[in-house]
Amino acid sequence: MTAIPLLGAVLLLLPAGRFLPGDAAVARYGAGVSGATLLVAVSAATAFDYGKASETQLGVNASWAPSIGLRFHLGADGISLPLIVLTALLTFLCFLYTMKHPPAGGQIRLLTGLLLVLEVGMLGTFTALDLVLFFVAFEIVLVPMYAIIAIWGGSDRSFAARKFILYTLLGSGLLLVGMLLVGVKAGTLDMTELAARHGAGLSRGVQITAFLLMGLGFAVKTPMWPLHTWLPDAHTEAPTVGSVLLAGALLKMGTYGIIRVALPAAPQGAAYWAPWLGLFAVIGIIYGALACLAQTDLKRMIAFSSVGHMGFVLLGIATLTPVGINAALFGNIAHGLITGLLFFVAGSVKDRYGTGDLREIGGGMLASSPRLAGTLTFAAVASLGLPGLAGFWGEMLALLGAYKPHAALPRTTFVVFMAVAALGAVLTAAYFLRLLAKITHGTPQPDAPAGVARISAYEYAAWTPLIAATLLVGLWPKTLLAVTTGPVRALFGGG
Amino acid sequence: MTVLAALLVLLPFAAALAGMLGGPALTRALRGAPAADAPAGGTVVTDAEADADADSAHEGATPPAAAAAASGFAVLRNGPALIACVPAAVSFVLAVIVGLTLWQSPRPRAGTLTLIQTGSVPIRVGLHVDGLSALMAVLVCAVALAVQVYSVSYMAKDARYSSYAAFISLFTAAMLLVVFSRDLLVLYAGWEIMGVCSYFLIGHHWEDRSNSRAAVKAFLVTRLGDVGFLIGVIMLGVGAGTFEIPRLLTRLGDVPHATLLTAALLLLAGVAGKSAQFPLHTWLPDAMAGPTPISALIHAATMVAAGIYVVARLYPVYAAAPAALAVLGVVAVVSMVGAALAALAQDDLKRVLAYSTISQLAVMAAGLAVGARSAAVFHLVAHGAFKAVLFLAAGSVIFATGTNLLAGHGGLRARMPVTFAAMTVGFAALAGVPPVSGWFSKDAVIEGAQHAALHGGELTAAAGFYDSTPPQPLFGPGSGAFVPVLSGTVHSAPPTIPSGIAWLIYLGLLLTVALTAAYAMRAWLMTFFGEYRGTGEPRESPRAMSWTVAVLAVPAAVLGFFGLGADELRPHVASALLGVALLALGGAAAFLLWRRDTSGSTGADPSLVLGRARPAFAAAFGVDALYAAAIVRPVRRLARGVAVVDRQDVDGAVVGTARLVQRLAGALRLPRDGDPQTYLTGVLGGVVVIVAVVVIFL
Repeated sequence: MTAIPLLGAVLLLLPAGRFLPGDAAVARYGAGVSGATLLVAVSAATAFDYGKASETQLGVNASWAPSIGLRFHLGADGISLPLIVLTALLTFLCFLYTMKHPPAGGQIRLLTGLLLVLEVGMLGTFTALDLVLFFVAFEIVLVPMYAIIAIWGGSDRSFAARKFILYTLLGSGLLLVGMLLVGVKAGTLDMTELAARHGAGLSRGVQITAFLLMGLGFAVKTPMWPLHTWLPDAHTEAPTVGSVLLAGALLKMGTYGIIRVALPAAPQGAAYWAPWLGLFAVIGIIYGALACLAQTDLKRMIAFSSVGHMGFVLLGIATLTPVGINAALFGNIAHGLITGLLFFVAGSVKDRYGTGDLREIGGGMLASSPRLAGTLTFAAVASLGLPGLAGFWGEMLALLGAYKPHAALPRTTFVVFMAVAALGAVLTAAYFLRLLAKITHGTPQPDAPAGVARISAYEYAAWTPLIAATLLVGLWPKTLLAVTTGPVRALFGGG
Repeated sequence: MTVLAALLVLLPFAAALAGMLGGPALTRALRGAPAADAPAGGTVVTDAEADADADSAHEGATPPAAAAAASGFAVLRNGPALIACVPAAVSFVLAVIVGLTLWQSPRPRAGTLTLIQTGSVPIRVGLHVDGLSALMAVLVCAVALAVQVYSVSYMAKDARYSSYAAFISLFTAAMLLVVFSRDLLVLYAGWEIMGVCSYFLIGHHWEDRSNSRAAVKAFLVTRLGDVGFLIGVIMLGVGAGTFEIPRLLTRLGDVPHATLLTAALLLLAGVAGKSAQFPLHTWLPDAMAGPTPISALIHAATMVAAGIYVVARLYPVYAAAPAALAVLGVVAVVSMVGAALAALAQDDLKRVLAYSTISQLAVMAAGLAVGARSAAVFHLVAHGAFKAVLFLAAGSVIFATGTNLLAGHGGLRARMPVTFAAMTVGFAALAGVPPVSGWFSKDAVIEGAQHAALHGGELTAAAGFYDSTPPQPLFGPGSGAFVPVLSGTVHSAPPTIPSGIAWLIYLGLLLTVALTAAYAMRAWLMTFFGEYRGTGEPRESPRAMSWTVAVLAVPAAVLGFFGLGADELRPHVASALLGVALLALGGAAAFLLWRRDTSGSTGADPSLVLGRARPAFAAAFGVDALYAAAIVRPVRRLARGVAVVDRQDVDGAVVGTARLVQRLAGALRLPRDGDPQTYLTGVLGGVVVIVAVVVIFL
């Protein structure tokens, strides 16, 4: 049993240079390759031994640059496995979608290549078990995403793309310093090794500094308030597939990094900074929701909603309890599924109405295009955290964690966080219902495009798996919790 | 037994899924080829059009001559109706079986499907069947079945009947989940799903912006309460170390009293939201924008009663924290008197009923507050039956006259005899005319309040929770399982609420009796007596509607006699006489005012006597306007402020930093002008400085 995701990654490196005549063939090829990756990811999930979910499995561990102790160490455990499958799924759906709905700007060959490189980076991040390898994969992602925004983006794309890459590179710089600090002080770059030590061998000061540096790096990516401002621009300008992958998988790298790298390597640092993390998380929830209430652009609104949802994820992490980390992992997956779906639908809306402006779209979408509006309604309702759909459990578990945070943390502060975050959930409902009322209810504008195009089979193909997964995870949360609970407990040194 | 209960929950859920996905498709399949190939021609086929196709096919397939005979037959070919009604009927039968089994052997049954580890307190997905839940399930299934059958006719012309019926099914499943759930978090899941179904169904006619607003308001107001509810659930669960209701109730002793009280109060926030109690009641009157059968099911009989049900279910929590009961009592008094006054002055028949629902739910809450738990549950069931009758009959009236306004009704007694009879039963029960069901149940609540008032606030039935002897049965032997009996060592003295509050509740209840009689009499007279004031020729509605109402009127009338089986529910002479006297007073006042108008035979609106206070009553004392000014507008302003701040300050700082860096870079670029002489000068200058530094400091 070797590294199956690695096999997928190697496969993915090939196509950019391969000769395939015609855009359609390239698009089909991209879908094929990502489909194969998805198959590999799914078979990895099947081959995964759920009885030992807390151990790294399906790994490969080879010496890479022995002189400085670098190792090529990949593997999956219960924390990363759901994210791997999610990433493979979303990339595959993006390719499916692109086959029929290529973004304006042509150059499908380049897009396919970039998307595949992006997938390598994302999968690499989620499977890497060596700090340097992790960082490399983390950085690989930036370039294709920059290019995707800059080439296929909207009218203001170059500004958005530049802001995206400069901002996240700044974060990455801090991250690298923090990682090297840990690596040098601890004498190893192996993440499983670091996690097993629970911070032993690192002084408290080093841990605090390291967590701050790494935390800031990851917080930019997450994004945490007030480091979020690259996100709305990037989302608004990015093409549909870019937005879907950005929200669905890329943002997860930030919170995953905190859980996988920062938290186990510097637990004392985490305990020191956790109240601040919680504070920023809660501000993000309220702030994101309020900002959403005042947005007039569909994609921008969804982007701000991500700030709020990531706030719940960060709040979960900040509690430093197993239930909180579970909440964060659950929230990650749920956000990936639901916001991915939201951006797909937003893309379809923009295709049909030629604008993302809520006022210009007008009302009555339920009358002019009931299925599109129905799917949008489903996604919005899921995103506002309705029980029975995926969004609820992450939020609920985060609140549960905040009510009883880790013993070393100030309980009263976190109870206040919990109350404020819960009120944020009301605001979340408010802005999603405002959105639905604005564009799906009412009667269509007289000058609206007559006969909105019907939903294509490819759009259905992109939506259906996300809808089904949202329902499955929402109705049966055990599918995820059973996988993550074990390793999360192990993270805290329990059984 | 729990398998049956699980089926009970899952059947409507499956029906909802099937209805969402394949309702119109089934219609096409059942009707054969003609409709099936219709959509193939169009380029843009939408749900609405597909449904419209199906409906036009429906009209075409039924020859007018055979219309009467075919009305039953057409249902068999109506896909969404089949998907909706058959599972509802099966669920009803199952609920009755579950109820009867528990009657025979009143032992609570529990089953667990799975245990979900969360890293903290686990979630137990399972069901708990006892007398209380079985009784509620029968009520829910009966009303849901009636509403589904009624809707087939009522919504026959609606293009979106399929999704409408599916949401009713989903709602039924969610409500049954609330009823049977063994775990508080699973209960909360059902609780919220009910809320979203309510949102979708209120907004069913979303073409009209005002309906859309009403739906959003309903969801947000209840969600605000639900935040409290969820936090309360978390506090209780973490405090007791389990979310499992029966086990949690036995571990209340481990929870610190302050936590228990806070949790109980927070739960009340959710209860006030769902059961439309002051100060979160404002959504319910607006919710009448939904189709009338929805108002009957969700906003009268079942969902709004869920709040009361949850308090009854978790009653030991409240018995251990009686201060929360006192708060509930005050809230109930404000709600019941205020809503009854508002109901007096409404112009819209459905809004009269909506305010009466708030008032009657408050009566149940008052019953809980004084410890008359069985009486409150009894009133819940009776109210569910008679309010469903009232709403469905009101739906028939609206169907026939085309308007909700009382001003457009009148004189319908002879034109709609079945509806008239049913609605008379309903109003009689609402007002509490003996011997109709409402009289028994309301009397039992008043009796409980009287006991509490006269005994210094001592809670009547609550004593039962602390004895090891089984409490008084309700509805025969089946109800012995009603109350999870505590071990008896928790408290020795029965809990009490302040006696002033007990008196307040008692007097509030008596006042409400008179007011209820007055507004019920007013609505009854203005709808059915005098002369018809509307346009057109109203006729009795189709049989699927009128018969359903008539059948449902039977339990609404006779349900009260079941209470004779239990001591605490039996009418007592003193309080009964007082109640009937107040009832007569209120009813007679309304009648005399109505008769005042001697000029014509249409009758005067009794509410005109309220004079200048009338607009205030009609606007329910301006609570809505207050909220708009105090909450809604400030939040909007804040939101706009945040958007501006985000652009200008938070992002401005980022962009500003970038600009600053650019400018600094520009300054750095100045020396690099490409002139070697400048470079050399620079290098030389640098060397001089370094040498100087070295010389000075070393």
